[in-house]
Amino acid sequence: MLEVNALRKVYDGHGRRVEAIADLTFSVGEGEFACVVGPSGCGKTTLLKCIAGLLAPTSGEARIDGTPVTGPPTGLAVVFQEYGRSLFPWLRARDNVELPLRAAGLPRRTRHGLVEEALRAVGLGDVHGAYPWQLSGGMQQRVAIARAIAYGPRVLLMDEPFAAVDAQTRADLEDLIRSVWQRLGVTLLFVTHDIDESVYLGQRVIVLSAAPTRVAEDIAIDLPAARDQLTTRGDPRFAELRGQIYAQIQKAKHGSTR
Amino acid sequence: MTSALRRAAALLTVPVLLVALWWYSSANSTDFYRPPLSRILVAFRETWFGARLADDVLPSLTRLLLGYAAALLLGVAVGVAVGTSYRLRALVEPILEFLRAIPPPVLVPIIMLVAGIGDLMKVIVIVSGCVWPILLNTVEGVRNVDEILADTCRSYRVRGMARLRHLVLRSASPQIVTGARQALSIGIILMVISEMFAASSGLGFTVVQFQRGFAIPQMWSGVLLLGLLGVLLSLLFRLAERRILRWYHGIRAIEREP
Repeated sequence: MLEVNALRKVYDGHGRRVEAIADLTFSVGEGEFACVVGPSGCGKTTLLKCIAGLLAPTSGEARIDGTPVTGPPTGLAVVFQEYGRSLFPWLRARDNVELPLRAAGLPRRTRHGLVEEALRAVGLGDVHGAYPWQLSGGMQQRVAIARAIAYGPRVLLMDEPFAAVDAQTRADLEDLIRSVWQRLGVTLLFVTHDIDESVYLGQRVIVLSAAPTRVAEDIAIDLPAARDQLTTRGDPRFAELRGQIYAQIQKAKHGSTR
Repeated sequence: MTSALRRAAALLTVPVLLVALWWYSSANSTDFYRPPLSRILVAFRETWFGARLADDVLPSLTRLLLGYAAALLLGVAVGVAVGTSYRLRALVEPILEFLRAIPPPVLVPIIMLVAGIGDLMKVIVIVSGCVWPILLNTVEGVRNVDEILADTCRSYRVRGMARLRHLVLRSASPQIVTGARQALSIGIILMVISEMFAASSGLGFTVVQFQRGFAIPQMWSGVLLLGLLGVLLSLLFRLAERRILRWYHGIRAIEREP
């Protein structure tokens, strides 16, 4: 479904060459929930932008359904970390969700149905008419998620979407994302720097090394599919996986300084 | 209600005081050139609430609105083009700086040669002055479109006219409005100036006629009318701005909160 083949990205500018991504290869199956973790500055956002077609890789490629990504592909939605900057402040919540559908030329009635459904799915049944800046950070990110849901993507990319919200909201949003993924059957690539979050959310965690970035390890998360904040996080297996990934990241950091 | 009253009182105090001061200091004036305010007000009613309203005030305002609207269209259109294209900007920026540095009144004789002495000339004079603040502010506004919003548009395939309408113009709207506000006062000045050359109707023309005919109270009343028109237009402008920039002022109000 989603393949990344020998992807490499070098930023060239002002006489400085920065190798953000050295060589990344992995693939994500149809309907799979994969998390990408790595030390900060390891090019997670760069990777995501390359897959989203917002940034051209220096070499290698990303493929979706076998088609190489050369620009923003159809059926792919992105949820950015900076919810405050990815929602249109001049559009009300419902219009933010609706805009991509309007641009796609869907008829009004279909649009309204999708918007209604998506906002209800993220628990925002009653703030349709509010502007994003009138909402809390967590609610803004819900609007952004609703926009992605309404768009009906086959692939959903999320770039540290919960990094800027408080812990309580974050737990709620994590559960929301699990339920959205289970209901939509979408292929989900979730980038985060939080190890616990990656274990809690994913079926699989791809651990990246420090820059220049490679895949350090690819770990299957064999926790039960029904997860909740208390029992899952209390599961001894959760702690084990968490420890394993933590150790990997530590190793990856040392590997790069050698 | 009381706060509205208080605001109105705050707004009107100084003007009322100034008018009172004018009224009393000029009450016994025998100076031919500085008649009592009471006489000016009588002349105001006699002069402007008759045929002159349709013969002079209306043509002036029509030309102003036409010129202003044309400047708005032209300034925003060219501003968007220049702001979007790096190449175009590099090419035309020096020329724009030169053209905008020319005081528009100096162009009147030239425009007269090209466009004659009719309404067209006067509208062009107004356009030639109003267009610059709008154009240059639009360029600035368009250049500062938020990167993440732009990425959001790209990945959700909001393109073409939808992108222009929902991203580019709205992002730039605070700057465009700033330019439009400056242009409005320039427009009023140029409306009067364009009517001082080879005109047979209009406010500027009439005021000059009165002065040459030693109809001093009437001349003063013309100046008064121009001032009042300026206030009225800027009030209308503020109403429009409040609607267009609701989101912007909303965000600013939240940011100002402690």
